[in-house]
This record gives sequence, structure tokens and C-alpha cells, in this order.
Amino acid sequence: MTASGIRANVRSGSTRSPVAATALRWATKAPLNAFLAAVALLWLIPTLGLFMTSLLSPVEISQGGWWRVFSRPALITVENYRDILANEAIISALTTTLLVSVGGTTATLLLAAFTAYAFAWLEFPGRDWLFLFVVALLVVPVQMTLIPLFSLYNDVGLFDTVLGLILFHTAFGLPFSIFLLRNFFLGIPKDLFEAGRIDGGSAFQLFWRIALPLGRPALASLAIFEFLWNWNDFLIALTFGRDTQVVTVAIFSQLRQYGSNIELIAPASFLSLALPLVVFFAFQRSFASGLLAGSID
Amino acid sequence: MRPMANGGNVEEPRVKEAKHQSRWRAHVVPLCFVAPAAILLGVWLVYPVLFTVVRSFFDRSGEHWVGVENYVALFTSDFLVTAIRNNAIWVAVVPAVVTAFGLILAVLTERISWTAAFRLVVFMPMAISLFTAGVIWRLVYEKEPDRGALNAVIAAGQETLRPVGELAEAAPSTDAVREHPPGGLALAKSLKPGDVALLGLTQIPTSDVRKSAVDAVRPDALASGISGVVWRDFRPGGGTPGTVEREELGLPAIAVELRDERGEIVSETTTAADGTFAFEEVAPGDYVTSIAAQNFARPFEGISWLGASLVTPAIMIAYTWVWTGFALVVIAAGLAVLPRELLEAARLDGASENQVLRHITVPLLAPVLTAVFVTMLINVLKVFDVVLAIAPGSVQDDANVIALAMWRTAFGGKSDFGLGSAIAVLLFALVLPSLFLNMRRFRREV
Repeated sequence: MTASGIRANVRSGSTRSPVAATALRWATKAPLNAFLAAVALLWLIPTLGLFMTSLLSPVEISQGGWWRVFSRPALITVENYRDILANEAIISALTTTLLVSVGGTTATLLLAAFTAYAFAWLEFPGRDWLFLFVVALLVVPVQMTLIPLFSLYNDVGLFDTVLGLILFHTAFGLPFSIFLLRNFFLGIPKDLFEAGRIDGGSAFQLFWRIALPLGRPALASLAIFEFLWNWNDFLIALTFGRDTQVVTVAIFSQLRQYGSNIELIAPASFLSLALPLVVFFAFQRSFASGLLAGSID
Repeated sequence: MRPMANGGNVEEPRVKEAKHQSRWRAHVVPLCFVAPAAILLGVWLVYPVLFTVVRSFFDRSGEHWVGVENYVALFTSDFLVTAIRNNAIWVAVVPAVVTAFGLILAVLTERISWTAAFRLVVFMPMAISLFTAGVIWRLVYEKEPDRGALNAVIAAGQETLRPVGELAEAAPSTDAVREHPPGGLALAKSLKPGDVALLGLTQIPTSDVRKSAVDAVRPDALASGISGVVWRDFRPGGGTPGTVEREELGLPAIAVELRDERGEIVSETTTAADGTFAFEEVAPGDYVTSIAAQNFARPFEGISWLGASLVTPAIMIAYTWVWTGFALVVIAAGLAVLPRELLEAARLDGASENQVLRHITVPLLAPVLTAVFVTMLINVLKVFDVVLAIAPGSVQDDANVIALAMWRTAFGGKSDFGLGSAIAVLLFALVLPSLFLNMRRFRREV
């Protein structure tokens, strides 16, 4: 019998009836439940505040707090969202963000998978040292690269382009992705590759027919991560774009005249966090496990 | 190398050709796999790192070698000293708080039935951008209590304890009435029994005057007491300040105090509908008549969370809100694989939950806690988005951190690439030790 089983017996022996036991357990747990419910509320209210604010008309926003919608639900209006979906700057920013995120994620995954496969299953001199070097690049702060790349981007015409942002995100996504995928590929049984080689498969065919399909779980959680990182970026887009604005940067330029245009900032911010939230809720399992794999980065 | 026929050791040239070709392929094929990523990493990471280090020894234009001048500026210019000091506060507070919150919540959520839901809620901010999280908290921190949620909560609490006074906006109508040290407004002249106190006030909005108020009356003098009136010394179309006139309203239900020469309150009363009050049977002597301080209690004006002094703690709270979920999920995963038997055995031996936590759970979790702490340390050193999103332009100097200082120096108008590079190198040097921690782990896995 396990220790917890013993403990359960000791517990139930000391109480008179199942009803009393349930009541007692409930009573002792009530403060804890109440405390954690309060903490959970604390975590929900700020985001809720943004959402409720986005549902108030500009006049109402200036007249009082968002919490009035609970007593006066009639205040709710989708006016701000209608306006924002007609706002070309915001729509173009959302499109740019989507392009950069999808492009960056695809490129990172593809290049990282190739490289990770080579690090895992191909023989070449200096392979493991090169891998360690790539992993070491994980510690480089983005700030270390901004100044030279700003000059470079201006020289070669990548400044203020979607391609420039995609390439930047791809490069910075590589070390972590290569690390994760290489370790995953190493877990594929060697026999599978041996069998493929005997059948006359080239390195590329082995990669395409064996490693990639089997690596799907790792690729999937990596895709979610990369997508969210790219979508949520602010610093890179702020530095390397001017008219090519992603949504965070577009909101930031509105934020500078804060107070007068909260009816634009609130819905835009909510739109910018809606997609990550949907992705997060849809794939929370892969999200958490991926996070654990990369918990030291 | 060309294949050669060798009489003694007969080998088909074609086989040799194939062998050579396969050796050639053995090098070229991996190169094809690695090259695209290698080029990107080389151009976007390796080259910039080297360039930034070199650039940090040149002036802003990049033409003149200035030695360590930029590095001296790091520790001498006010702008950067503030940034480094703030970042030190961040490092001292946030990683420890986030790790502690994560641990506490991980342990507590094991004992409830809605564990998964709770963890999901706390983890949710991890999915959204730090920038947007900043926007969310900027709303929370709005100064006016009827717009900012945090100040609204404080205002509600404060107004229960100390209601807003009816005379919050009132001011004396003449010099005869002025502020006095115990609080409230008092007649400047001290009174003796038999005198009449005229306490005229202005600047009271009509909406603040009670419905029950009637026209003010100048009360009769009392033989051995002090009488008086508190009234709204304002008549549409003008009037004489300090005189009770027709159409001027009395102010009902106002607390009035009578103090002796030592400043002790000897009597208290409230005004009638016409604003009059009376202190009967007052012993001979000099007295000060005053309208009590609580009548003037101003509404809560809101704490200026985003003012210079509170902005850094305010941003740290927002940042903790974002990252606690990360600590919670990672620590909870560590907790899930702890040997349960050990914990249960300790409990059976009579250890309290506190003792189990301190002497068993925490030591066993040490590697996970360290990993979370170190990750947070590095994150906090690089904090940027959330500061720029929350701190209004006017307090960005006060809220400054290293990464923000770097960006503002290089791209925020100053365009000083020399100093900007030096700040970046400082940041790099600060996060570099984590490389060695990581390497230990990676090597184990290689």
C-alpha cells in the first residue's frame, strides 16, 4: 500500500461519516480555494479591462471606468472594432505581422530541420563543436546585433521591408530550433535510417521521408513557439521598420499621443493578443511541453 | 587525387572513382544541409557581435577611435547610471519574486480540484506580447480613480473609511475665516461667550448643497454661550461678503468645533437646516470656533503609479504578472516527478506542511528552482518592451533600464552608435555567464 493510501485510511478512520468528512474537507479547503480564486481573478482582470475598454464608445471611455459595463451592459458597442477594421494603417499592420510571423516560422523550421538532421545523423569533421557553437549563440542578446544590422540593412535595401524582418526572425530562431530538433532527431531509432540507406535512399531522401515525418510533434510545438515569438515581437520591428509596421509598433506610435486615442489602442491591442490567445488555448499542451524543453534558454 | 591503376593490388578504377566520389559526397552533402543556416547565423549573429564589440571603441560617427571612452560614459553619465541602477533593482527583486510566486502557487494548486484551470489562467499572459501586456497595465495604472482600475479599488476602500466631505471644494468668503492647524477652517478672531460666529464659505457647487438647506439666518447672541452660522456666502448678482443676506443658503449638518485657548475641543455640534449652531453654557474665556476637518475631506485623487517615483515598481508588477505563469508551470512539472513517498512519510512523522516545504520540497526542487531563477535573471537583464509600453515619455529617464538605454542611445534620436554599442556589450557581458551554465547542460545532452 502506498503512503498516500495509508494516509487516506488514517484520515477516514478519524471521522464519523462520509458526509461529515466531505464537509470537513470542504471547510478546511475553503480558505485556500478562496485565496486561489482571488489570485486567478487578479490574473484575469487586467486583460478583461482591456477588452471591456475596447467595447466602450470613445465618449464613454473618457467618462469613466470599464467596470460600468457590468451595471450598464447597454454601454457595450462594437463601434471601435468597426472603425479599426476600416483603419488602413491597422489592417496593413496586421497583414504585415501575419506575413512576418508565417514567413519567419516557415523559414526557421525548414532551415533548422535541415541543419538539425545534419548535426544528428550525418558525419562531418567538427560536427559536435559546430553544434555547441550554434547553441552558444542562444545567449546573444538582440541588442548586440541591432547597430551593425541597421547599417547593413540600409546598405543592401533590406531596411523597412517584410523580407528584412523575416530574415532577422529566422536567424534568431535558428539556435533554439536547431537545438530542439537535433535532440529530437537523435531519438529516432538508427535502424530506420539504416534500412532506408540499404534501400538506396540518399541523405536528402532519408531526411524527407523519415526524419521530417517522424519529427512532426517537435516541429509542431516549435512552429507554435516561433509563430508566437514572431507575432509578439516589438523590438526588431521597431528598429528595422519605418512604414513597414507590425501591429505592436503601430500601437506604439498611437501610444505616444496617449489619452486621446484609447478607443483605437484598446481594440488594436486586443486584436493583437487575440490570435496568440487562440493559438495558446488550441495548442496549450504542446506549448507547455515545448516550454519545458526550452526552459533553460 | 587521381585514381591510379596498380598492378599488384588490382582494383577497378571505376570502384575507386566511386569511392572518391562518395568521400567527396560525404563532405558536400552535410555542407548542403548546414550551409543555409550557417550563412544566416554568420551574417545575422556572428558578424554583428564582432562588429559591435569593435564599434564600441569608436565615437558616434565611427571615424575616430576613442578607446574606452564609451565605457567610461557608461558609469558616469546620469542617464546610464540610472539605467544600470534600475536594472540592478530589477535583478534584485524580480527573479526571486517570480520564482517564489511560482513555487507557492505550484504547491498550493496541488491541493485544489481545479488545478489545470488555475494554471491555465496564470500562464495565459505568457502567450501575449510583453508590449501588449504593457498596454494592458497602462490602463490598470491610469491615475484618475474613475478610469484606472487599481486607483478605483483604492478609492473605494478609502471612501468607506473616510467619506468625502460635503465642503471638499469650499473656501472662506472673507479673511475672517482661515485654515487652522488642527485642520478645517476657523474664525481668525477668538470669541467670548455672547459673541456670534459668522463662518461664510464660497466655491460650493450647488449640487453639493443639501436639498434640506434653507435660507441662512444670523442667529441671536446667547447670554452665556456662543452661537453662529455656517452659510454659503454667495448671492447670484453679487452681495457683501461676510454678511448673511437674503437668498444665501445655510449649510446644514456641518460639524462645528469649539476649542479653548490650549486648542482642546470643549464642545462639538452640527448645524441646523438654516446653517445655525449654538454652544450653550460656555465658561468665560477665549474660544476658537471652527468647521471640522472632516467636512473638507477631499476625494481620493489617485496614486500616480506612472510618476517618476513609482514607475519602476509598477512596471515590475506588470512583468511579474506575465512571468509567474512560466515559473508556475516549470516548477509544477518538477513537483510532479518528486518522490511522493518521501513527502507523505514526513507528514506521517508529524512534519507540518511548512516543514515539508522547507526541508524536503525546496531542496529536492533546487535544480528546477535554479533553472527558473537563472532564466528570469537573464530575462530581467534584457527587459525592454514592457518598460517602453508602460512608462510615459516624460518618465522614461526615471524608468530607464540597460536595454532601453541602448535602444534610445542608438535609435531614439541620439543616433550614437559608439555609446550604443558599448551599452550592448555591457548587456552581453552581463548575460554571458549563463552560457557556461547552459553549456554544462548541453554537453550532458550532446
